[in-house]
Amino acid sequence: MLKYLARRVSATVVVLVLVSMSVFGIFAVLPMDPAALTCGKACYPAVVEANRHRLGLDVSVPVQYGRFVKGLVAGRTYGEGAATIECPAPAFGYSFNRHECVTTLIADAFPVTLSLAIGAFILWITVGVGLGILAARKKNQWQDRVATAFVLVGTSLPSFISGILILLFVGLKFNLIDPLSLGRWISPLEDPVGWFRNFFLAWIVLALLYAATYTRFTRSNVIETSTEDYIRTARAKGLSEKVILQKHTLRAALAPITTMAGLDFAGLLGGAIITEQIFSLPGLGRLSIKAVLIDYDLPTILATTILAATFVVVANLLVDIAYAYLDPRVRVA
Amino acid sequence: MTQPLLKLEGLKKHFPTSTGGVFSKVKGTVKAVDGIDLEINAGQTIGLVGESGCGKTTAGRTILKLYEPTEGKIIFEGEDLAPLSAKKMKPYRSQMQMIFQDPFASLNPRHTVGSLIAAPFQIQGITPEGGIVEEVQRLMKRVGLNPEHINRYPHEFSGGQRQRIGVARAIALKPKLIVADEPVSALDVSIQAQVVNLLEDLQDEFNMAYIFVAHDLSVVQHISDRVIVMYLGKVMEEADKVDLFSHPRHPYTKALLSAVPVPDPKIGRTRERIILKGDLPSPVNPPSGCVFNTRCWKAQDRCRTEVPQLMQIGTNHRIACHFPED
Amino acid sequence: MTTYKPFLEVKNLNVAFPTEDGLVKASSDISFTVARGETLAVVGESGSGKSVTSLAVMGLHNRKSAQISGQAFLNLDSGPVDVISADEEIVRKLRGKAMSMIFQDPMSALHPYYSIGNQLIEAWELYNEGSKEDGKKRAIEMLDLVGIPAASKRVDEYPHQFSGGMRQRVMIAMALINNPSLLIADEPTTALDVTVQSQILQLIRDMQKEFNMALILITHDLGVVAEVADRVNVMYAGKIVESGSADDIYYRPDHPYAIGLLNSIPRVDKLESQRLVAIPGQPPSLIHLPQGCSFRARCEFADRVPGNLCATTTPTLDQKGDGHFSRCHLPESELVKARVEIGGRK
Repeated sequence: MLKYLARRVSATVVVLVLVSMSVFGIFAVLPMDPAALTCGKACYPAVVEANRHRLGLDVSVPVQYGRFVKGLVAGRTYGEGAATIECPAPAFGYSFNRHECVTTLIADAFPVTLSLAIGAFILWITVGVGLGILAARKKNQWQDRVATAFVLVGTSLPSFISGILILLFVGLKFNLIDPLSLGRWISPLEDPVGWFRNFFLAWIVLALLYAATYTRFTRSNVIETSTEDYIRTARAKGLSEKVILQKHTLRAALAPITTMAGLDFAGLLGGAIITEQIFSLPGLGRLSIKAVLIDYDLPTILATTILAATFVVVANLLVDIAYAYLDPRVRVA
Repeated sequence: MTQPLLKLEGLKKHFPTSTGGVFSKVKGTVKAVDGIDLEINAGQTIGLVGESGCGKTTAGRTILKLYEPTEGKIIFEGEDLAPLSAKKMKPYRSQMQMIFQDPFASLNPRHTVGSLIAAPFQIQGITPEGGIVEEVQRLMKRVGLNPEHINRYPHEFSGGQRQRIGVARAIALKPKLIVADEPVSALDVSIQAQVVNLLEDLQDEFNMAYIFVAHDLSVVQHISDRVIVMYLGKVMEEADKVDLFSHPRHPYTKALLSAVPVPDPKIGRTRERIILKGDLPSPVNPPSGCVFNTRCWKAQDRCRTEVPQLMQIGTNHRIACHFPED
Repeated sequence: MTTYKPFLEVKNLNVAFPTEDGLVKASSDISFTVARGETLAVVGESGSGKSVTSLAVMGLHNRKSAQISGQAFLNLDSGPVDVISADEEIVRKLRGKAMSMIFQDPMSALHPYYSIGNQLIEAWELYNEGSKEDGKKRAIEMLDLVGIPAASKRVDEYPHQFSGGMRQRVMIAMALINNPSLLIADEPTTALDVTVQSQILQLIRDMQKEFNMALILITHDLGVVAEVADRVNVMYAGKIVESGSADDIYYRPDHPYAIGLLNSIPRVDKLESQRLVAIPGQPPSLIHLPQGCSFRARCEFADRVPGNLCATTTPTLDQKGDGHFSRCHLPESELVKARVEIGGRK
């Protein structure tokens, strides 16, 4: 087991290095000069070159990557003299557009995205898995039909539609949401009610999409597991239907859902672009989309991309470890 | 003496095993088939028997080069097929066919019976006399299917009928050799006899050679002229049928035969049975020396260290054992 | 001699499943008994209804999706209970205690996520008071009894760490842990290699003696039946077509299907290479059972029955001798001829 863990962790590190290198490489070969973007239209070449030097873009790409990695570990200083900009470790770079260290931008945006992801996750797991189990137990009865309808609506309604509908016709109409606080980050530690009000509609919108998928997946898994020989064995032993469901069926049926949930959650941590946009939540998704569409802010894009990739890769590792815990057959390998 | 239809010399098939994962490496090899010699003539049937993991199925497939042999020769009518490329094998394919165990899984459910049976003609680019449709219907009739059902799909047939479809497809090009891998073991008892009879009739008619791979010793005993007993990739005993079944010399063969239940209560109740201890070892990690030593009641130190070679011990009778039965 | 006192008495049991294509009459008009210490073998091909009947006795059919009628009495010390009409909760509490079942494929019959010990203890705890340690002690005892080497160590291992034969031993240990009076073994050796099969058959026989159980052995293998059965039910298309002692069935078979079946199988102990005597055709669909005798379409003696009786009237299971029953219209004189005719073809 320890050997397996060591192997997996080292593999994860390798994957992360490769991901960061390729992201770095992609941005290096793009036909766009990041230094030129640092000043407006009327720009002197001298200023551009000065900024190029200041940002460390006047050296070869491998050296840039080396500095980037070093900055992650030890922090980074741009320029010298009075114009010195210090970004403490872990430094992802400096955003000229925002005049801010990228790490600071991320540190501001991440709690928003984390709040969004955690709330939505709890909601969709509860609703999706619960409804899926119910539908499987009541196969072909009205509960199952309701679940099927829910799945249909949830999977076919894109979040930019459901989001706007819910925001306009539920949130604002019934005053459930405070339009003035939209776009602001309210910490749950300072104002839990405000935090909840700011987020709960976004949770519903986001959860709707996932819950539908989870309902369908849970339903089919539970039904399939119920036909397994070992469930028949459990019944032949004289176990009650309750024990059979809770101990035997669900354990096997939900194990694959753990994998799915871990990866989906990790994916969300990278930012939920559409939902954050609709509800004006200043999270990582908004940060990325703004960096891409409006600012062409390379250091920020680089940072959010690597961060999102890191979440997914690490989640993959955690999920595999969790799966090995759940399924003894995986453990020995 | 004329040359045999097919001759195997030291045929081996090893599979590498790997650890899997990002840094996978080859851990070892599974010696699925570790040296088979065999000669088979037209009209003859050789039974390949053994329990799971003995390599009989792999052997059958390697003979037809569905698996690339690791070592050894597959001499078909004087030509060694082992080194031939897939392209050079093509003309031989029409002369060597296979019948599979699961008649359902081996037939594409989206194709009609007609197109399934016609496939060999199309692949080989042959148009039989009178056209493909007529030939397919003739074949269907020959194997006991209603030719009017030519446009039906496999799921519309019962297990026994599906195996007849498999047989029709295998004999379409009048092959000289058929490897039949457990052709009746998925069928119900009353249907097994029908298919066994069909195979025997077709053999008489077309003078084909059969390599009959099966775990059911009763069926093998019935259909074979000669039998090879395998255990964990190795040939344990090889003899003419009567010799092998009336006078097995290898302890494994003896135990295997005694384990087969006989449909006769008086014999069943009184017959002395050799019950082997334990399970079959894993082919991934076979015992050293004689592979059978862990379950053999006669095993001695020598059996654990020295691999017994296959030796001649009578006319056409060979065994691999240090301490054969009398 | 003590009087024959059956533990299980099945009377006129019918099991049918409604499907979109029609009603599948999986087993009909099944009556039999089995006593403690006795082995009843149920032989038949796939779809003959041999498993369906036993699953009904165990109460393992979903009562919503299966139509079950008839009776099946378990003669418990506390009095007889009809498991067909009894409350589901009552039947559940008989499972694993009064009656147990083991299945064909030991590879898939154990839960892959729980240790062997966990699964055995769980069965023990259902009907016993005591701590987990007591349960574990009992589990190890049972594993030891069924011949698992190093049971106290292997009890903590998982099913995938066991071979097929060992898993079937575990299944047997689990089925017997609460000392049942009836064991139903549904094709217990079919998925196993022949050398392992003989071990497991031996084990089942030993356990039957040890626990003085009534044993129902469901199989398609006439060789296995011959080795273990006291009495045999031959099933065809959902009905018992012949029933009798093992000697009756093997040496004096009365039903043309039984006669045909016995003659169609090759025998490893008889070196003969003559053609096998196959039964022509195939079993009928259980949805569209023919009128009259279900075997008529495959029976070469049907035309010897006067008055076209086979096509019009379903034969009843009639007594042919002491404890020997057959479901066939053929008169005794013709039967003797039939037996000789089929036997003579070999």
